[in-house]
Amino acid sequence: MGAYLLRRLLIAIPSLLGISLILFTVLALAPGDPFGELATNPNVPPEVREALRLKFGLDDPILVRYLHWLTAMLQGDWGFSFASRVDVDELILQRLPTTLFVVGSSQVLALVIAVPVGILAAIRPYSVFDQVANTLAFVGFSLPTFFTGLLFILLFSLTLDWLPFVYQADIAATGWRWAWEHVRQAIMPVCVLGFFQAASYTRYVRASVLDVARLDYVTTARAKGLSDGTVTVRHIARNALIPVVTLVALQIPAVFGGAIVTEQIFRIPGIGSLLINAMLANDTPVVMAVTFVFACLVVLFNLVADLLYGWLDPRISYR
Amino acid sequence: MTERGVTEHDLRTLIGEVKDGSLSRRSFVRRMLALGLTAPMAGMMLAQNGVAFAANGLRDAYKPTKAGGGGPLKLLFWQAATLINPHFAIGTKDQEGSRIFYEPLAAWDADGNLFPILAAEIPSKENGGVAADGRSVTWKLKPNVKWHDGKPFTADDVVFTAEYAANPATAAVTGGSYINVKVTKVDDLTVKLSFKEPTPFWADAFVSSAGMIIPKHVFADYTGDKSRDAPANLAPVGTGPYKFSEFRPGDILRGVRNPDYHVPNRPFFDSIEMKGGGDAVSAARAVLQTGEYDYAWNMQVEDEILKRLEAEGKGRVKMDYGGNLEFLLLNATDPNVEVDGERASLKTKHPAFSDPAVRKAMNLLVNRAAIQQFIYGRTGRATANVFNGPAPFVSKNTSFAFEPDKAAQILEDAGWKKGGDGIRAKDGKKLKFVFQTSINAPRQKTQAIIKQAAQKAGIDMELKSVPGSVFFSSDVANPDTYPHFYADMEMYTWNMTQADPAVFALQYVSWEAATKANKWQGRNICRMQNPEVDAVYRAAQGELDLVKRAALFVKMNDLVVADYVLPLLHRAQVSAVNGKLEAPASGWDNSLAFLAEWYKQA
Repeated sequence: MGAYLLRRLLIAIPSLLGISLILFTVLALAPGDPFGELATNPNVPPEVREALRLKFGLDDPILVRYLHWLTAMLQGDWGFSFASRVDVDELILQRLPTTLFVVGSSQVLALVIAVPVGILAAIRPYSVFDQVANTLAFVGFSLPTFFTGLLFILLFSLTLDWLPFVYQADIAATGWRWAWEHVRQAIMPVCVLGFFQAASYTRYVRASVLDVARLDYVTTARAKGLSDGTVTVRHIARNALIPVVTLVALQIPAVFGGAIVTEQIFRIPGIGSLLINAMLANDTPVVMAVTFVFACLVVLFNLVADLLYGWLDPRISYR
Repeated sequence: MTERGVTEHDLRTLIGEVKDGSLSRRSFVRRMLALGLTAPMAGMMLAQNGVAFAANGLRDAYKPTKAGGGGPLKLLFWQAATLINPHFAIGTKDQEGSRIFYEPLAAWDADGNLFPILAAEIPSKENGGVAADGRSVTWKLKPNVKWHDGKPFTADDVVFTAEYAANPATAAVTGGSYINVKVTKVDDLTVKLSFKEPTPFWADAFVSSAGMIIPKHVFADYTGDKSRDAPANLAPVGTGPYKFSEFRPGDILRGVRNPDYHVPNRPFFDSIEMKGGGDAVSAARAVLQTGEYDYAWNMQVEDEILKRLEAEGKGRVKMDYGGNLEFLLLNATDPNVEVDGERASLKTKHPAFSDPAVRKAMNLLVNRAAIQQFIYGRTGRATANVFNGPAPFVSKNTSFAFEPDKAAQILEDAGWKKGGDGIRAKDGKKLKFVFQTSINAPRQKTQAIIKQAAQKAGIDMELKSVPGSVFFSSDVANPDTYPHFYADMEMYTWNMTQADPAVFALQYVSWEAATKANKWQGRNICRMQNPEVDAVYRAAQGELDLVKRAALFVKMNDLVVADYVLPLLHRAQVSAVNGKLEAPASGWDNSLAFLAEWYKQA
């Protein structure tokens, strides 16, 4: 186990280096310039723009810039945003709580819906409930979030005027009112993301429960005279959920990475909107930091998922 | 006073009353209107008698009788401010964010006049502020102005701002406004600007967005290389109507009322919030449809949608006209020939557009009226001029028309005959053009309208659209940017950020041509080389008589529009405002330039 962990961690180093090099090269080769907007301001002479590029080292060769970035990153310096002129880690930390709250709640919502619905659908396959659940699941993951998001806004904000569609990271209220306002503004984005995720989780849970329900040990349990409920919860669900746990573990990086489209639609100041705005502004240090941290999380949680798997299913051993 | 009984003496008395403040400017104009004089004429009369037009007009429109009590003011910007140091502001959004807290000596009002903010008065020849030789300008500062931390605002802050911005190590974007001017302190409330050359247009430093003054006592330790570490970059200390309370880059900016603001009874609102992000259409909805916000900035939305949202009755759409121009450039050089490794080199001439007949025909093929009516609606006005304001610079000698038959005739007469494929050609050169612009729905529609008319006249047009982030970048290596202009025609908007054409007009002079040698940083994108235009521009730059100078720019306008530039639309700054909100603004300055004067009707 220890040797396995060490080996996996050692493998992670070159893959992360490779990822960072590719990311950096792609970003450096991409068109655009962080000071491009200045070019359309007639009051800013070209010399000023040149001086800015020089000052921020944008005219250095790509490899030199990459090495600069890498050494800084290794020392814990995530870079300095061109667009905001503050340290990137400050920008990211400012936005992390919002993303964790919104995307995290949506994941919880997705599981709360998907697990019971998936199990119920699988133990009575092709029943009316299963058909309805299946249809909704298909509809759910066929509709992109930007569409459902706009639909929700149209219905709940514009027509019914129940919920606000501009998200505020901090609300000038205290106590219950503060909590209520937070919940109120989070309902729409959390539902949009949660339903989308729930749709695909439901399919997973259903398939996995169906697989397990046919196994001999389940028949044995039934033959022992155990109640249906006990068989479902203790024997089927427990084993069927192992692959789902892995799936959820692999989704955790997304919780940190935010939801680009949904965050943009509801003006949620999370990591996703930071990333998209940084891309539009050609703010490479921010894009680089966000995507690289995301890559690290993906690698890390892949490892966590693998370890979890072995812990949940002792038949799997590490060599 | 009866209608006929007005005498010169009466007028002088009235003007005197306006001067000493016992009669408001507004009531003066109203009386003059009753006498059959037009409002601008009344304004001129006051101006000639030393009463600043703008100062009183704007301030008079403000109704509240005490500061505060207005509740929160909620602004929605679909592009969020990412920094709030005005001298680092990359985009307009950052300038707007900074403008809540910082102020310049003067701002540009809606008519393109200077309006004193931190200055006691606008320098002029009459008050001795502008030297007769045009080499120096003296600003008198408003006394008893305090920074948000209570320290007094003085000439030291003004001098410091210039030094701060001009220092190349600071990497300020406003540096260009301060490198050619020497700023000296005369006394605590007077600063003198000296220029190397006689400078008729001196209102660049300390004016408008580039002119926001920063406090010396806060920034003194953070100049040059240390500028990035200044805590005040994220927590501004200014003189503006609202004090800083919170900033999250790219998301939200909050301020609270400045109780010591230097203009009495202002500001009206107790707090201000500037939320950013999202898109323009939903921002318009949040103001016009749900009323969640009071103001939405820069409504780049089709007028048809705006009209529909306006019909809900919760708010209105506001147009502020400055000098922003949507135009069509004809390439003066040949984009298809490479000379010394450079396409569209100055050594080449465009095979078709070098013939004035083709340019003239092209001009007649652009249906400006239809473009305005069907695409831009109220947000743009069809125009035949490159300078559309302020009034003295606008030419009355030009006109536009849509006459495809006449265009065809002109081409026919000039020897461009239709071939078997329906495309005109002369000496083996075909009228086949590549027409590029940025990806933006109204622009693609405009392209289509122009292409259709051109096709009928025997001109083949290939339409090309480039993503805005590429088209408007200054990327030297990318051939698709607007300054490379590797196409026959291109279309975009150029903003006029000052109420004077001196800088704006640089895009038509020969020495500014964008070439490989200057890494396409030159401002003259169509690369027209017209010695007459150059001469007129040079004359205007040295002309200290403002009336003669305006006439020179009018002449320049007429020359340019006959050359390689086809003006299309004079575009407005469009915003959506709550029905009760009075939000005076100017198309010549930032949308929040007159934030202190904003209030809500009861």
